[in-house]
Amino acid sequence: MSTPILSAHNLVKHFKAGGFGAARKFVRAVNDVSFELASGETLGVVGESGCGKSTMARLLVQLLTPDSGEVHYQGKVVGRELPLKAFRSKVQMVFQDSFASLNPRMTMIDAVAFGPTVHGMSRSDATRKAQDLLDRVGLDPSRFGGRYAHELSGGQRQRVNIARALAFDPQVIVLDEAVSALDKSVEAQVLNLLMDLRRERGLTYVFISHDLNVVRHISDRVMVMYLGEVAEIGPVESLYSAPCHPYTQALLAAMPSLDPDRRTMEAPLAGDPPNPIDPPQGCRFHTRCSRVFAPCSAQAPAQHKVGKTHFAACHLNSAKEHVA
Amino acid sequence: MTPFRSPNDTPLVRVRDLSVRFAGTPPVHAVNSVSFDLAPGEVLGILGESGSGKSVTLKTLLRLLPERKTRITGQVEVDGQDVLALQGRALADHRGGVASMIFQDPSLALDPVYTIGQQIAETVIRHDGLSKSDAMARALEMLEIVRIPSAKRRLANYPHEMSGGMRQRAMIALALACRPKLLLADEPTTALDATVQIQILLLLRDLQKELGMGVIFVTHDIGVAVEVSDRLAVMYAGSFVETGSVKDVIRDARHPYSKGLLAANLVGAAPGTRLDAVPGAPPPLNALPEGCSFAPRCAHAETACSMSPLPIWNGGNGRWARCVQASCLGALADAESTS
Repeated sequence: MSTPILSAHNLVKHFKAGGFGAARKFVRAVNDVSFELASGETLGVVGESGCGKSTMARLLVQLLTPDSGEVHYQGKVVGRELPLKAFRSKVQMVFQDSFASLNPRMTMIDAVAFGPTVHGMSRSDATRKAQDLLDRVGLDPSRFGGRYAHELSGGQRQRVNIARALAFDPQVIVLDEAVSALDKSVEAQVLNLLMDLRRERGLTYVFISHDLNVVRHISDRVMVMYLGEVAEIGPVESLYSAPCHPYTQALLAAMPSLDPDRRTMEAPLAGDPPNPIDPPQGCRFHTRCSRVFAPCSAQAPAQHKVGKTHFAACHLNSAKEHVA
Repeated sequence: MTPFRSPNDTPLVRVRDLSVRFAGTPPVHAVNSVSFDLAPGEVLGILGESGSGKSVTLKTLLRLLPERKTRITGQVEVDGQDVLALQGRALADHRGGVASMIFQDPSLALDPVYTIGQQIAETVIRHDGLSKSDAMARALEMLEIVRIPSAKRRLANYPHEMSGGMRQRAMIALALACRPKLLLADEPTTALDATVQIQILLLLRDLQKELGMGVIFVTHDIGVAVEVSDRLAVMYAGSFVETGSVKDVIRDARHPYSKGLLAANLVGAAPGTRLDAVPGAPPPLNALPEGCSFAPRCAHAETACSMSPLPIWNGGNGRWARCVQASCLGALADAESTS
């Protein structure tokens, strides 16, 4: 792979969660997460709530400062070698809550034009650009440009958020559950828009979602997270057809089948995900894993290579590697 | 309009021409002449997007809508009782005794200042007149039925001490404590993680078989509906647009809206390709178009679509779709098969 456009190196983020002194507790939201993004690819990120996918996204766009670890943009360390302002115009984010992420006192034209003016574009140029972008995302600027956030539907607001992210001509867009709050028929429209924009502008996406069907549809590679760590990462076809981590297998088996003749007969996992405040020792998944064996509770597994670009953090695969 | 007739002759639920209006200028037409039957022991899935009227339909069956702001017309019978005529104690007996409901968010539906045991016992004492200790024993039994681990200890837990999946199990235990004949489920797994959602779905499916109750399951997720339902009704802008057995609706959807929903769920879509998305958004419920309310978004819309009443394609055995195109195509197919 040539220089990745964006890469995360050993990102760690712990949040304080009550207690004092030695008894202070931490939510280990993101624990030693590393990955690379090639230019033009889409990385899907899946996992249950509390697995750290949103924290990871916020670290990636530098909305949160990591406790340790670095983000590199085209090989440069963000913050140290690349100023944040320059980085922000290259890497943008779209959030799940389309209403909360728009200023309620700004018209849609102003919301989209705001970023470029801050970055030095003249007001008239920025407004013209905003009009073009609104038009591109499927909102007639003469009809919707003067409206406020509460005067739009959820799908329309999310289109504005996408237009706003595009206003900087970014290379990378991090989409944090950007279509999850939308109704299915509207979600399909927004997915189509995202796929069109990706092709037109050669965009790179980090697509975070809990919906495995959507992730499969839009992604080139998929990363599975569990309790702040990467359980498995690999190309979409091999990860879905031959998952190598028991957690990925469970996630896939837990998808409702769309075939009335082949309904799910058994739940793949029992119980809820453990509390990230006190994650289990060793492999974090061993308390729910059906294939747990001796080393799982003692030692955290390393990322084992199970394919050319396919890695899984599970002891089962180390055994496989040794046998082979 | 052809009612959604079930094979059984004495339905558990019988709804005819149910319409619900909320006061306002103009009034909101939340539900528009919905008719269906539910046989005892049958599971009906109602599939629809937000604002399609699926939750309002469900709440009408328990009369949970604010009386003064709501105008309900039509007939609603549950277990032979006219629900719309119930008042006072009889209504209270109906709620939780004959029919009960589980909600999307158990942390809002459960009372935060009582333990799970107390909440279940209270219901049992009210409906079945048991003593306090007997009611607690029933509560324990219910927690075991919904497979909450170490049920005895959990009986004394407050809702905030439980995880999301556990709370949802506790709410199911509460709803089933008085052995209702009808369970109304309003998106009970939407707020849950995927691995927990499937556990709750399988639990509901098992309990439904064990207890033989009728279930109306409202969801926006086709996958979830397929996992639990025997029959499916697709709802759009306050009306049922298509109904039939799960297999028929999933494999051979006739209404363009049902087809669009299936496409949006990526049924059979090749990765990376453009989706066959339905354009636009549902109409506002206070200004519904004449005739077919889906027509403004429909690729096959024609002038006949703005007429009312709309023609209905009838596939027999409770299978129908309210669509001009489907009824024309259906008539053509019938003519071909007879000639």
